[in-house]
Amino acid sequence: MSFLEYAPVPESRAILNLRDAYGLFIDGEFVDGTGESFATISPADETHIATISSASEADVDRAVAAARRAYDKTWSKMSGRDRGKYLFRIARLVQERARELAVAESLDNGKPIKESRDVDVPLVAAWFFYYAGWADKLDYAGLGADPRALGVAGQVIPWNFPLLMLAWKIAPALAAGNTVVIKPAETTPLSALVFAEILQQADLPPGVVNIVTGAGATGAALVAHPDVDKVAFTGSTGVGRAIAKETAGSGKKLTLELGGKAANIVFDDAPIDQAIEGIVNGIFFNQGHVCCAGSRLLVQENVHDEVIARLKDRLSTLRLGDPLDKNTDIGAINSREQLDRIRALSKIGEEEGAERWTADCVIPENGFWFAPTIFTNVQASHRIAREEIFGPVLSVLTFRTPAEAIAKANNTPYGLSAGIWTDKGSRILAVADRLRAGVIWANTFNRFDPSSPFGGYKESGYGREGGRHGLAAYLAPGSSAPRSRQTALTAGATASASARATRSAKKPALSKKEAKR
Amino acid sequence: MSRTALQTLPERAVELLGGEPDDTTLRRYLHGLAGVDAVGLEQRAAGLGTRSIKTTSKAWALDKIIELIDLTTLEGADTPGKVRSLVAKALNPDAADPTCPRVAAVCVYGDMVPHAVAALGAAHGDPDDGLVSVAAVATAFPSGRASLEIKLADTADAVADGADEIDMVIDRGAFLAGRYGLVFDQIARVKQACRRADGSYASLKVILETGELTTYDNIKRASWLSILAGGDFIKTSTGKVQPAATLPTTLLMLEVVRDWHRATGEKIGVKPAGGIRTSKDAIKYLVTVAETVGEEWLQPHLFRYGASSLLNDVLLQRQKLRTGAYSGADYVTID
Repeated sequence: MSFLEYAPVPESRAILNLRDAYGLFIDGEFVDGTGESFATISPADETHIATISSASEADVDRAVAAARRAYDKTWSKMSGRDRGKYLFRIARLVQERARELAVAESLDNGKPIKESRDVDVPLVAAWFFYYAGWADKLDYAGLGADPRALGVAGQVIPWNFPLLMLAWKIAPALAAGNTVVIKPAETTPLSALVFAEILQQADLPPGVVNIVTGAGATGAALVAHPDVDKVAFTGSTGVGRAIAKETAGSGKKLTLELGGKAANIVFDDAPIDQAIEGIVNGIFFNQGHVCCAGSRLLVQENVHDEVIARLKDRLSTLRLGDPLDKNTDIGAINSREQLDRIRALSKIGEEEGAERWTADCVIPENGFWFAPTIFTNVQASHRIAREEIFGPVLSVLTFRTPAEAIAKANNTPYGLSAGIWTDKGSRILAVADRLRAGVIWANTFNRFDPSSPFGGYKESGYGREGGRHGLAAYLAPGSSAPRSRQTALTAGATASASARATRSAKKPALSKKEAKR
Repeated sequence: MSRTALQTLPERAVELLGGEPDDTTLRRYLHGLAGVDAVGLEQRAAGLGTRSIKTTSKAWALDKIIELIDLTTLEGADTPGKVRSLVAKALNPDAADPTCPRVAAVCVYGDMVPHAVAALGAAHGDPDDGLVSVAAVATAFPSGRASLEIKLADTADAVADGADEIDMVIDRGAFLAGRYGLVFDQIARVKQACRRADGSYASLKVILETGELTTYDNIKRASWLSILAGGDFIKTSTGKVQPAATLPTTLLMLEVVRDWHRATGEKIGVKPAGGIRTSKDAIKYLVTVAETVGEEWLQPHLFRYGASSLLNDVLLQRQKLRTGAYSGADYVTID
């Protein structure tokens, strides 16, 4: 027998205690939605998992009203320390139920269990732990003394990291004192609904977090709702642009985390074996369904052939198949729609004259699958070098000098992330300094930490998530509250005098929403 | 068993180095190798360590591990009796199960070689034929702090007494001082001392003592140096220095072996030694070998574990797979 044909080791689904149907999670309870319910399926074999309620405009209104009530009556009055206790509790429950969450995530999303188990779920817990610690320290968030929560946050998240994106949105919002209505993606609602059970278990006050499932219309209703103070969206640039238009002039605060076409730059003095791992991790992690994926490999021309040869060897060892098998490296594409898009763009790549190479792996009969693919001889003008494919497809371009690498890396409408591979520390600093991307990894890729801000330049969006900067998206600076007081301050006032004035002026000031009532 | 005729070795080194192997040419070559990023290397090793090997794969892996063990005793207190006992265990690892495979070799100090050879008797030979080899540590093991003459005599003695494999140590002091030419020369000379009267060679394992080289860049350079100088195997450690074998170190050495194979078509062996005590750990090494250089390396001429206590843990796991229940330490023999 061949040792490398490892015996199947599927993670058991028995740990999941799934219901046949899930309602919306509003005001601490599961309630039926009035929209047309839909099925969520496993992308690995297209089997039915559960029926999910869809939130109509009226349901979204109910959810926002619940969030508003919770904000006014409970959450805004609670001390930061007490809010932190809830967040710590949620974080611990996520850890306790980690295996269950990982199985739910892999089942519904198609990502390999080793990733949901070792990356997604541990990061979810880390995010809640991190922001739990901030809840009673908001004075030190860099926004002046006594920064204020915004109110009700409407959040729309994508299907690539369903639970992790939920954590990125909910944890800072709650720590900062906001309440939340969140809409998970249509194809991946499952882990959010298991998470709702955790919120019940944590005894989070009703209405502080509301989860409305549904398709684009539900998201649109949430974003457009007049009583939402803050909109946070992660997803495609097209939808992000529509949201920006919708919210413009409404007074809603907005953060967008959109697409990317990151350059992963490999210099000729790179630690070669680790660079290969970094390229693989950059584009084949989570089947390439990563907004910050290193989808454009910029490799120095004098090592191009060696890098490609090693990369092909390495890709040939990747194991594609059952997402719940613990040895699977590449899982299923999340939906037929996404698979079609990956196929279409790959075909365009071939037509444009790029050279296609696909790893030789057996594709399961049912479900949505795409084998790891690399395109060499890609030119900067090719569509596969410019458009986000959002799949396991790598476009390889070459460069000759650091200046050319920087120019090519920046020559994209996006600017979410970038990678630099070199053994030379000074080059890392010099190149990173000139890359226009929100996150730059040096000799690594796709590493996330709650203390590190994440976000984009240009069409990759605006605002930052994570770290101290992530709090700013959910807070109004304390010193900005009383506009009249601020203009009254003399130009010569010192910063501390200004802070004192603000502090004394803060109490009587009402937030915009409170003032309306 | 020997990899190549000795005459070709200096030629290849001269060709690759662009000159006679001395401090300058070797430095130019070894320092021109791509660097190693420690974080990335350790991350990759950890990733390989998460492979889940169960049921039929595990059963195969456990037997394979046994076949790849150099069952070792390297104590000042070693006696002929202790060595006979080790040999008996090597030949018949599980007293309760005659289907249990034999280990690849016994590894002893040079003066114990005659006792090991005698104890093995007709079972002494190539592990490919189901027999057990005798490996001897030599060259003033473990420190290597002796004159070249002593090291060569140490080696020649063991080979004359019937050792099939020589585990030599490199001069780490010379390596760290940048005297690569000296280290190269010593390995090449020890290789010559492995020559038997009939013109064949004992297999040469070169111990880098990675715990004393400390950086991955050093380990990578020492691996290339050892292969260039004619080593048949590169081995992590003596087992007398901590840390001994680690998964990232072994992964790095396997990557060197893979690159050497790509460049020359030659297959060099790798032997992690010291600190591998559990089946779980040993399986991680199997996975790392198979996914880095390929399954072909999972054979006694290309991969070994230097271990003493590992064998019994593997036997307990093996019994567990067969019976469905864990037995206990007293259901395997202590040696």
